[in-house]
This record gives sequence, structure tokens and C-alpha cells, in this order.
Amino acid sequence: MSAVQPVEQTPTDQIDFMELDQIIGEEYGNDKENLIMILQAIQRRYNYLPKQALSYLSSKLDLPFSKIYGVATFYSTFSLEPRGRHIISICLGTACHVRGAERIREKIHETLCIADGQTTPDMRFTLESVRCIGCCSLGPVVKIDEDMHARIPTDKVVKILDSYE
Amino acid sequence: MKIQSFEDLKAIASQYSRGLYAPDGIKVNIGMASCGIAAQAKATYDRALESFPGNNGVMICQTGCIGFCEEEPLVEIFEHGKNRLLYRKITADKVIEAIEGYRSGDFPKKWILGQMRDPRSVLDDDLANPLKGVTPLSGIPVLEDIPFYKHQVKIAMRNCGYIDPDRIEEYFARKGYMAFLAALKEMKPAEIIDVIKRSGLRGRGGGGFPTGIKWDTCAKHHGDRFIICNADEGDPGAYMDRSILEGDPHSVLEGMLIAARAIGSHQGYIYVRNEYPLAVKRLVTAIKQAKSYGLLGEDIAGTGFAFDIKISTGAGAFVCGESTALMSSLEGKVGRPRAKYVHTVAKGFRESPSNLNNVETYANVPPILLKGADWYDGMGTAHSKGTKVFSLVGKIKNTGLVEVPMGISLRDIVFTIGGGVLKKKKFKAVQTGGPSGGCIPEQFLDLPVDYQKLTEVGSIMGSGGMIVMDENTCMVDVARYFVEFLKEESCGQCNPCREGLEQMHDILSRICLGQGQLEDLSRLEELGIMMQRFSLCGLGTSAPNPVLTTILYFRNEYESHIRDHKCSAGVCKPLFHYEIQADVCTGCQVCFRKCPQEAISGQKKKPHTIDQDKCIKCGICYDECKFDAVTIR
Repeated sequence: MSAVQPVEQTPTDQIDFMELDQIIGEEYGNDKENLIMILQAIQRRYNYLPKQALSYLSSKLDLPFSKIYGVATFYSTFSLEPRGRHIISICLGTACHVRGAERIREKIHETLCIADGQTTPDMRFTLESVRCIGCCSLGPVVKIDEDMHARIPTDKVVKILDSYE
Repeated sequence: MKIQSFEDLKAIASQYSRGLYAPDGIKVNIGMASCGIAAQAKATYDRALESFPGNNGVMICQTGCIGFCEEEPLVEIFEHGKNRLLYRKITADKVIEAIEGYRSGDFPKKWILGQMRDPRSVLDDDLANPLKGVTPLSGIPVLEDIPFYKHQVKIAMRNCGYIDPDRIEEYFARKGYMAFLAALKEMKPAEIIDVIKRSGLRGRGGGGFPTGIKWDTCAKHHGDRFIICNADEGDPGAYMDRSILEGDPHSVLEGMLIAARAIGSHQGYIYVRNEYPLAVKRLVTAIKQAKSYGLLGEDIAGTGFAFDIKISTGAGAFVCGESTALMSSLEGKVGRPRAKYVHTVAKGFRESPSNLNNVETYANVPPILLKGADWYDGMGTAHSKGTKVFSLVGKIKNTGLVEVPMGISLRDIVFTIGGGVLKKKKFKAVQTGGPSGGCIPEQFLDLPVDYQKLTEVGSIMGSGGMIVMDENTCMVDVARYFVEFLKEESCGQCNPCREGLEQMHDILSRICLGQGQLEDLSRLEELGIMMQRFSLCGLGTSAPNPVLTTILYFRNEYESHIRDHKCSAGVCKPLFHYEIQADVCTGCQVCFRKCPQEAISGQKKKPHTIDQDKCIKCGICYDECKFDAVTIR
């Protein structure tokens, strides 16, 4: 595993608090029960969960920061670190595993020098493993952004990665 | 318009029935569930729409999962009075030719899976077969007779692949919401519960708890009751729920509405895992459409009954498929299970009585109400009634979703429906029940599939994932794989699960690296029994199953790893290497060209050799060799 440079968090002046108000208040009614979906909306907007956004959320929802931090670190789709432009979700579910998903993961690791949860230094790719995307008949499956790549032979991996800027 | 009566429903149904069964002009149904889209069906759809925009003579439509996922993209083409054909592997470059061919009477046999005999659903008793009188085409098999579809009976998946999931009117046209209106206007809540009880329906999410009893118990508890649908489907390899949600979301909404009426509830939730965005999208549309027809919301059908459904998404936690963890997650909290001294039907979501059922369970409810408890009870075995949807995946030829009556044998599923193992390799095991289940070896292939029988051999029915494994699957690696998965997904609350899985993982990893000890087997067994007895929730108590069943049925593989440092399946890299058999190798050079490490050398038409120092055991040469010259040593 090569060293991955720690990435800078979004500076406070780049957080759009008015937009956060809209998400928390208007879309999700300031309701604590909607915490997970609010966090998902924030992550969609910033590509990760900036600490400042979480602090703001804590005061808006009147929830201790520790509770929000607990939820953000419990669920695997949340990232507290900035992620790359393209998210590679490699399925490591049983059916894909049996059809050779490990080889694909190794190939990606070899090509991009990143392991699960890591981002390339140029912020181009983040690799995340998922346990079952639900396309089990077409394994092995790799999702890059919204594109689903199925039945991938190991020797086509580099070509697929190259097509993403 | 707001639907107030059966007549209102029937009026819309008859309007859309023609389009479903006897369209004027050619109708092209393209399978656009996640599997189809992953196989590039969107490109097929776009290409077709480009050439045939609008409705002049050819209608390009989307539909849900047609079931035979191996053959995606699947496209159905039919016209009133003519044959209804299912085409296979129709990528964008073939779709125009397929449609033009249909129009001109040219039917390339290689492209066609079969011709349909009867498109009606199990609920369409009052309809004549729209394909009666159509002369079958010679040389093309009848779709319902091909091995993949032959034994199937579609109840939960009755509409998948037949309707556009984004058009509620097509759901109406196949008896949609008739059961709910009957439940609302003609039956008392206790009567509805009685029908579900007598039908023998059991939870399809894996627990197998009798649904009628659950509803009955929940109804008896006081408080604001909630109807919750578990669409978390975390078992890797299982995607039945996804297909039902993407292909026929209304079947779930209707099931929930009936439950709400029976139990007495005004608020429902569907908890969908985050990895299913298309399912969420289809559900959002479905809920909106149901509301517009007054089937959700206030004063439904003028009866004063009110029910609303909210969608909540998961965020990547397998443990949230467990009922108490799910409800905790619904409340915006961390998904940690609690001990079930008090059941969720008494105190669940918001400490109130909550009825939680799986997607497939709800999808079965409307047909049971319409056709009666005896009809459902008449299918299946003594303890497992009705049908079950299985996802047949792994090393199998015909991958896909199959819905079969309970009691069918594993052999029939794997070898008849599934077409047997891929590339003529030897069958080794079928894994059922996901990470809570076990691996069933060849000697039990004639077992009838039902809740009881599968438990007797150490596995469980689970949610329906059926993963076929062959001679190149290492069972020790499978055990390690499941333990690793569960170790990451464990909520960490209780010692038996958190520490037990950690230790099991250590031991299994060592064995796969060739550092195992013979005592490891009894250590694993001891850990397993401890976890089964003392873990807080189902994740922990069932976690040892894959390990214990593989030790029970494949002990020789474990011993071979430990004693001989060998992995004969060719998976655990430190425990095998590839060798090319000189007397079999033809020198065709395929492996030489494909090797990513340039580790293979040899002259054309002469035996090749592998340089073990360069070889990374990626397996490409083993897979590519057409002469089986590459062996595992």
C-alpha cells in the first residue's frame, strides 16, 4: 500500500449554510428521524461529510455532535474525508466473489495503487467496496459513478478506468 | 380521479388491458430493471426509441425483471393476433433488426428464447387467453416449456416483466388493488387476518415466521401501530426484493395497505437499502400515482380509512436488516439491535406496536386475498406453503430469478432450471441463506426446498439467495469470506459476536495462508457453539453457520489446507500453483498472449511453461485454456 496524502477539508467559507437550511428545514422538516437522509443529502452535495456541516446540523437539529458523529461513522456509505471525482464501487458480494471479484479488486489496486476506502492523490478515484449491489447474475460487477459495469474480464479493467477523467 | 369503487377500478383496468395483451401495432417491452440496465439495456431502449419515437405503429416500452438475467438485455416483441416472442441478448446494435424482423416475419432462432403461450397472471381467471388462436411458430420453443421457466409459478413476481412499473394503470389492468378494495369494503380486519393465517404464508425475508400470527399479535397491542416493509435485502447474492420493487412496486404498496387495514394502522414505512436507487425511484413514482388515485392518503375510497407511506433509506449496514436495528435506523439512530425480550409487534418503532414484513411477503398478500387461503395452502409442503423466489447465481449457466413452489428439489433448481454448472465443471455445493446460512453438498441435492428441510441439514432458507459453487470454489475461503463480511458488519455490542468473529477470522485467515493447526477445527467449533448460544441478535447467533457447515461437509478441505498446505480448488494463493501439462498443451499461445505478467513462455505449437517467480496466480491462463492443459498443483 502506497502512502496516500491526507486531503484538505472544505474551508468553512465554502459551505453553503443557506442550502443546508433548505435541506434540513424545508426538505426534511428539522426532524431528527430524518438524520440519515439529511446526511445523505449533504454527502451528495459535497461528495463527503464536512465537519463544519455536521456541527451546523448538530445545532439545527438540537442533537449532540457525538450522536451525529456516531451515525456518520456507523454507516459505511458515509465518508468524513473528501472523496475523488469518481467513486468506484466494487461489489464483493458472494455471487461476485465466486465469479472472481477479488481479481478485479487486485487489478484496480495494482493500477491505481489504492485500497478500499482510499482516494488517489490526484482526487480522480475513490475505491469503495460494497457487499452486493443486487446485480448478482451479472457478476463480477463494478459501479463507477452511476455506470454499472458487469461481467468484467480482468484484462478490460484498465480500459474501463481510463474512460473516466 | 379518485377511485371510490370496484367499478372505478374495473373501468380503468379494461381501458389498459388491451394495451397490455392485444396492442394495436407492435409493442416492444425492454427489461429495464437493474440487471437489464447493467447489461446495457438502456442503450437498447434509447436506440429503439430513436428509431421509433411516438406511437405510430411501434411502441417502445420499459418493463421490470423478466427473470432470465443471464440473457439480458431481454426484449419482448408482440402484436395483437401475432406471436409473443422473448428475445435474448438484444444489445443496441441488434434491436432495430429484431423489430424490423418481427414486422416482416423474419425470426432469427438464435436471438429468440421462446414464444409465450399465455401472458395472463395467476389472478386473471376471468380473462380468456389473449394468445389463444395464434398459430405457434415452428422451430421456436414455447417459453413456458423451456427448462428455466418450466417449473415456475409466479405469484410474488406475477407482474414483473409484464407491466411498466411506472404506470399504475397497468397494475390495475392485472387485478391491481382489487384485493385491497375487497379488504377495505367487504371484509372485517379479523377476517383478513384469518385468511392470511389459514394460507400458511410465512415471512419471506428469512425468519419464516407465520405472517398471520404476526399480524394478529400486532393488532392486539394498543397504541399507534406502524406497518413497516423491510427492503434492506442485505444478503449478498440475493436480489429478489430489488426486482419486485423495480418491476412491480404496487404489489408491495397494496400488501402494506391490506396489512394496515387488518392491523389498524395509518402510517407505513418502506426501509430501502441505499444500494437500490432505482427501486427508490420506482417506489416514489408508485406512491405518487397511488395518491393521485386516492388509494393512499386520507379518506381512501370514501371509507374514512387513512394510510400514508414514507420511504426511508439505509446507509450501508447489513445489520439494519435485523428488525430492531432497522427500526432504530428508521428513527435516525445507529442501527444497533436490542435483545428481543419484548417483541417489536408490541414495542418497535417509536416504542409502538410495529408490524415488519419483507417485500416478498407483502407481494404475496393481494393474491392470497383474491384467490383464497385454500389456493395458497394447496401449494408447497406441509410446513411451507406457496412459492418462493430464489436468486440463482454463482457458477451456474442460467443465472436469474426463479419463483417456484415450495418442495421442489435442489437438484431441479440447480440442474433443470439452472442448466447445471458453468463450463461443465463439477458441482460442489449450493449456499443458501446468505451469511446466516450454510453450504449444502451434493449428497443432499434431492432435498425438497422448504423451511424445515433446509434447517435439518444445517442451513436455512433465508431470503432466497442460492449461490452455486463448483470444484474451483474453496470452501475454507468461503467460510473465511463470510466471517470477514460479518466481522465488518457486526454492530460490536456484544462480546460473543464481536470477539467470536474476530477470533474466527484470525483462525480462518491463518488456515488460508497455510499456517493452520489441527486444533483450529475444534477451536472453530467451540467458538461457533458459543456464538450460537450467547449472541444478542440473529447476526451473531447465525454467524457460525457457514463455518460449521463447511467443517461438517468439507472437513477434508480444511485438513488438506492445514496438514498438506494444499488448496486443491486453486484459490488460496500460498497453497497452490499452476502448471501446464506438457502432454496436453497444444502450443496455441492463448495463455502466453493473455498473461498480464508475461510469465508464460513457449514456441508456437510446442508445450508452454509458467515461470513461477513471475506468476501472480491471477487465473487468467487457467480460465482461458480451451484444452484444460493448465492444472492446479
